[in-house]
Amino acid sequence: MRARLLHEILPAAEADGSPLLEIEDVHLSFAGVKAIDGVTLTVRRGEVFAVIGPNGAGKTSIFNCISGVYHPGRGSIRFGGRDIIGMRPDRIADLGVARTFQNIELFPQLTVLDNLMLGRHQHLHYGTPAAMIRFGRAAREEARNREVVEGIIEFLDIQQHRKSFVAMLPYGIQKRVELGRALAMAPKLLLLDEPAAGMNLEETEDMARFITDIRHELGIGILLVDHDMHMVMDLADTVLAIDFGRPIAVGTPREIQANQDVIRAYLGQEHAVADPGGAA
Amino acid sequence: MRLRPGLIADYRDDVAVFRSNVARFWFAVLLVAVVVLGLGGTLPLIPGLVDFTLTGDLLLIAVTAVFASIGAIGLNIVTGFAGQVSLGHAFFLGVGAFTGAILGGTEVTRQVVDLSTGQFVERTMLVGYDLDLIIWLPAAGLAAAFMGLIVAPVAFRLRGLYLAFVTLGLVFIGEHVFREATVLTGGVGVGRPTGVPSLFGLRFDEAGEVFGIFLSKHQKLFFLGLALLVVLGFVAKNLARSRVGRALAAIRDRDIAAEMMGIPLARYKMIAFVVSSFYAGVAGALLYTAVGQLEPGSFNLLLSIEFIAMVLIGGVATVSGSIMGAVFITFLPRLVKWLAGFWMFGFISDSPTGGLVTLAQMELILFGGLIVVFLILEPLGLYGIWIRIRNYWKAWPFSY
Repeated sequence: MRARLLHEILPAAEADGSPLLEIEDVHLSFAGVKAIDGVTLTVRRGEVFAVIGPNGAGKTSIFNCISGVYHPGRGSIRFGGRDIIGMRPDRIADLGVARTFQNIELFPQLTVLDNLMLGRHQHLHYGTPAAMIRFGRAAREEARNREVVEGIIEFLDIQQHRKSFVAMLPYGIQKRVELGRALAMAPKLLLLDEPAAGMNLEETEDMARFITDIRHELGIGILLVDHDMHMVMDLADTVLAIDFGRPIAVGTPREIQANQDVIRAYLGQEHAVADPGGAA
Repeated sequence: MRLRPGLIADYRDDVAVFRSNVARFWFAVLLVAVVVLGLGGTLPLIPGLVDFTLTGDLLLIAVTAVFASIGAIGLNIVTGFAGQVSLGHAFFLGVGAFTGAILGGTEVTRQVVDLSTGQFVERTMLVGYDLDLIIWLPAAGLAAAFMGLIVAPVAFRLRGLYLAFVTLGLVFIGEHVFREATVLTGGVGVGRPTGVPSLFGLRFDEAGEVFGIFLSKHQKLFFLGLALLVVLGFVAKNLARSRVGRALAAIRDRDIAAEMMGIPLARYKMIAFVVSSFYAGVAGALLYTAVGQLEPGSFNLLLSIEFIAMVLIGGVATVSGSIMGAVFITFLPRLVKWLAGFWMFGFISDSPTGGLVTLAQMELILFGGLIVVFLILEPLGLYGIWIRIRNYWKAWPFSY
């Protein structure tokens, strides 16, 4: 049997380049400390948009604003044309926003299978009484969604870990499972918070391949944050560099690599004269 | 295509409660064994079998254990599966117990002299509606579930120790209300009779013939409890392996991440409390039917802690563990009494004053000691021990 392609498992979107996520002039501060200071960005369908910046620049804060965990004080965040500021995180997830986390946030006491099935939560519709009796509809829906999950397990090549408890798995595999869980939600927008953090070269290459496949086969928007500049520059269509919550440059990877402000933010003032290519 | 017999080739079989015919067979054996245990001397199939069946006080404890198992499954749903530590279980048990007693009990009136007129008047001492078990038992569950619905919003903002503390308050409020509402509960030290367990005329609290077999009242209650336990046990098991059960586990493990996966926290915490309280209500309504009398003071903090102990010692987030824990904790006092009969346990005295420790003290010591020992040495509880034994024999004689 041939392994199924991703777009045979999950709904593929039209990668027409129309705006999917529009963030405009967002400000967020904690007790006077400005975490995000006027960030504007647009993620289009079928695009990989990367946000880079030194530690503490506010990259994860942007993610948390999109997910609905933080509520920005000023600005607007529109997803699919809808204002999502102030919406509950689970409602935003229902709209089609899925994410992974910088520090893995899997459910450690559940198996890989259950973690991925949790990703299918919003695609399972039976209620509590049906769950208790588990007859007909509930059993049918479970089986159908299990098929989707199995497809994702195949795609990520984690078949042998299917029934393992997540807490027992090595770090690299956990990162993969977390990507799978987000993918299982069949999102329109995928937020990847440092998918390659702490990974070796081989694992990073695997992760990059998964991201490329997802982008090409599903045509969904991907917002990526990572410190691995080789990966970011290879994958991204557009890169936004931020520092202390302020946007300093936006453009194609080539433009960003040559940008003096970006080099200064990363390496400090004195090195700003160094070879632009070496900054990455 | 013919597959190897027993090969799992369907996603439904893969998540079934019994994944093989062997598992099904052993469950049937267990069930038959429990039924034979309960039948006692009434069914002399094999000579000598009577000696191994439950009689007298052991049977009475077994009846309590079966009903307690239902309550323990309930607590495990909210505390084990959903991770919301609740010390308020005794309150929900009490709500169920008194609802059952009011709907299923008999009204008690008394002639009293009205001081203003000097005339005799009828006054209701206890409210009772004499309804059938088929009505008052579900009603007891629903009444408790409704209280769960009201209490659940507390868990929306609190978790862990803070939630435990607030639910602790619930027990004290409940105890106070149960004491003061004497027309419903009978009041302190007096109490009232439990609801009459009568199902379409079949009395479970009186000895009599059922299907040609003469059963004592405890035997009847035992089988009633067993039937309910099997049904409610499977319902809980189904819930655990559904989208609801997974959502509860997700909230227990990482609630913020769960919310970002599209799980509405408030809704699922509410479901956990409602379902858990329903189980508690049903268990509470039946728990004292073997004795026949309810006392408002029995729904106190100690009862809540007993149920917490059942869950912790039995096995957190498992249905079979809840049952093991409930059986173990219910039989513990009897076990201590039995041990006290041996010379090496001579320091346990069965007189209330003499000896080094009395029976009641020894129970409490064991109770606390066992919780500590299990938490440190076997966090998975009796269920964990069972899994290890099972895995050993699966591989026997090849131990590795």
